[in-house]
Amino acid sequence: MREIHVDDITENVAFLCQAASFDLGDDMIRAFQSSLKTEKSEIGKDVIEQLLDNAEIAKQEHIPMCQDTGVAVFFIELGYDCNIVGGSLYDAINQGVSKGYGDGYLRQSIVRDPLDRKNTGDNTPAITYVEMVAGDHLTIKFTAKGGGAENMSRLQMLKPSDGLEGIEHFVLESVRLAGPNACPPMIVGVGIGGSFEKSAYIAKKSLLRPVGERNEEDRVAELEEKWIEQCNDLGIGPQGMGGSTTALDVKIEVYPCHIAALPVAVNIQCHANRHKEVTL
Amino acid sequence: MGQKIVTLPLTDKKVQYLKAGDRVLLSGDVYAARDAAHKRLAELIENNEELPINLKGEAIYYVGPTPAKPGQIIGSAGPTTSGRMDKYTPKMLSMGLKGMIGKGYRNEAVKEAIQNYQAVYFAAIGGSGALLSKKIQFETVVAYEDLGPEAIRRLTIKDFPVTVINDCYGNDLYQQGAEAYQGRHPQ
Repeated sequence: MREIHVDDITENVAFLCQAASFDLGDDMIRAFQSSLKTEKSEIGKDVIEQLLDNAEIAKQEHIPMCQDTGVAVFFIELGYDCNIVGGSLYDAINQGVSKGYGDGYLRQSIVRDPLDRKNTGDNTPAITYVEMVAGDHLTIKFTAKGGGAENMSRLQMLKPSDGLEGIEHFVLESVRLAGPNACPPMIVGVGIGGSFEKSAYIAKKSLLRPVGERNEEDRVAELEEKWIEQCNDLGIGPQGMGGSTTALDVKIEVYPCHIAALPVAVNIQCHANRHKEVTL
Repeated sequence: MGQKIVTLPLTDKKVQYLKAGDRVLLSGDVYAARDAAHKRLAELIENNEELPINLKGEAIYYVGPTPAKPGQIIGSAGPTTSGRMDKYTPKMLSMGLKGMIGKGYRNEAVKEAIQNYQAVYFAAIGGSGALLSKKIQFETVVAYEDLGPEAIRRLTIKDFPVTVINDCYGNDLYQQGAEAYQGRHPQ
């Protein structure tokens, strides 16, 4: 049994929080550059050029690319043959978030009580999901999810008879309603099936897949491509000011579900699509 | 497409010069305020108490910056979603507020009030907080320091890039822009 000390986890989490905020992934940079070639609106092009400048400043000067440095969400893959020693995994992650957000001068955006709304002061608690997997490793996947895009996300329990047509309508309607609020060009995460909460979980997890990478199943990959086109047909464009780049990507994940059910979740991600991962 | 240069504070004449879709470089002073600050201001207004800031002729930037690093004027400082402030905005426009900078849709009541009181709603690019922080030359907290990132700040901005979304003539770039490009996805 391999042992991993919690201090190692905390250090890596602190690093991931900062790295995600300052250093936008190459997949996003490539997607911006590629959209410049197809974007028809002058304002739209101007927006994308400014987003590229912004990413460069953030990377060079270690200024968060967006002031909303988000709620810290972790998808952990823990090997069956891996033993965490020295404390609790959840505590280690929260300590890492506290350190990463503090040392990196990232914004504290979490309130302790959703009703009285007092800030916790260190951006904890994180939202952590753990999946057990084969092997003796621990993979920490982190995403900083901003409020603007998250607020425009939706979930609906459709009827099986609504079928693919109903799902498509719900996805496009969600993108249209999100419009400029979600800071387009956006990445659209779609979870189909599972249960009420499972659909939302897979929708969010899909956003970790690199932009441009299609679902392994051909029929799902085809749907992704079709919906990217349909999103861009909406005309919303960069920052919602009109244009042909509304979504840089659509990610779909599917999961088996009950004979009576057709849950669909749409998790909208803004262009500050921040995620980083490390395997210990 | 050219850029308009506008200095703050705004006046009726400056507001009338601005049309939806105009790209503008703004310079001058604005107040930074968002959700929690708006809630407190609204409570004071409701109780006829004096506000910690005078809204007349002013512009508000909906922003909650990241903490400034040592030696920095301000941290990352992009716009937040304006629609969350809609509930409070018509009253503030009636008290003389002339401009707002944020991102995202405004509701019908706000759009009507923008016309009625001759004001303007600008969008800055959401998520470009690093770039926009370079356009802020001075920052001081003027009220509600306990709110942290949500405190009211006085900011001096210089050549701050924005686009007019809702003008005083009832135009709405979000609506008009999307209509103009519907069905024109890249081939």
